[in-house]
Amino acid sequence: MKIGILYSRIRRDEKLLLAELRERGHEVTKIDVRKQTFDLTEPPAAFEGLDLVVDRCLATSRSLYATQFCEAYGVPVVNSHETAEVCSDKAKNSLALAGAGVPTPETKVAFTTDSAMEAIESFGYPCVLKPVVGSWGRLMAKIDSRSAAEAILEHKATLGHYEHKVFYVQEFVDKPERDIRVVALDGKPVAAMVRHSDHWLTNAAKGAETDEFELDAEAKSLVKKASDAVGGGLLGVDLMETESGYTVHEVNHTVEFKALNEAVETDVPAAVVDWLETKVPAEVVA
Amino acid sequence: MAECVECGADVALHDDLEAGEIIDCGTCGVELEVIDVNPPVLDRAPELEEDWGE
Repeated sequence: MKIGILYSRIRRDEKLLLAELRERGHEVTKIDVRKQTFDLTEPPAAFEGLDLVVDRCLATSRSLYATQFCEAYGVPVVNSHETAEVCSDKAKNSLALAGAGVPTPETKVAFTTDSAMEAIESFGYPCVLKPVVGSWGRLMAKIDSRSAAEAILEHKATLGHYEHKVFYVQEFVDKPERDIRVVALDGKPVAAMVRHSDHWLTNAAKGAETDEFELDAEAKSLVKKASDAVGGGLLGVDLMETESGYTVHEVNHTVEFKALNEAVETDVPAAVVDWLETKVPAEVVA
Repeated sequence: MAECVECGADVALHDDLEAGEIIDCGTCGVELEVIDVNPPVLDRAPELEEDWGE
């Protein structure tokens, strides 16, 4: 098949995907979105003849627009714009999960520092303040006291981009120093790992240690529900363990899987490419 | 091998180099973006932006 990879930075994840696609004889067009201009009706020349486009844009804004243009041109794209739209914003992500009956941490969104303080006090301390857009654990705050809350809210209101004036406040989940990352394809888990850290943030980007994790039936069912809730696709589903079962705190749409690939026996890029091959009509799969 | 645009040191390159990849200069530590692979061309990598990452 002829496959386009939208990117602006080639990470280890993209290299793994590119190697797997090329090894199988697929024709790969790397499309650096920084070099494209998107017309309202006519696709850029780089899109010509593509059977499928895979969005691997590092920047959320680029991912959102590029997937929308792909769909307007009638070029199949994974993940879909709908999925990107829901997953790229923590408030939309939480709404989708809660709406689908997926257990997710208690969350409140507020637009002013006064109402954000009310939300924080309603949770008590510690609680968590996150940017609605952002990643790799950046700008996440665990708030231990009212004075810390006042300082952080003032900083965000004064220094932040307007998106930082949407205050996303969440209960602090007292997890066992680890959380679970599952890479799933339309809700079917490829593999899972636990990320251990003494720090409350357990992102692989923050240096958490990783180990393979065997999902039980409950976790598998939640991964499927969470994936369906955001529109499906190639997703990273993040779960935490609580005393009353799992809670899904986030679904990621341009999932990084290099850490998972190193932690598990499954060949993650191979599984992803197997799945991509099912996304185009059988006659064009090489 | 390519030259670091920041400090001029030689930068060793992998065989599977890809345009768009980021590499570090072992001498000055600056992040470099691979602009082209044949022949290799490097430039300073863009700064991290707020909405980057999964």
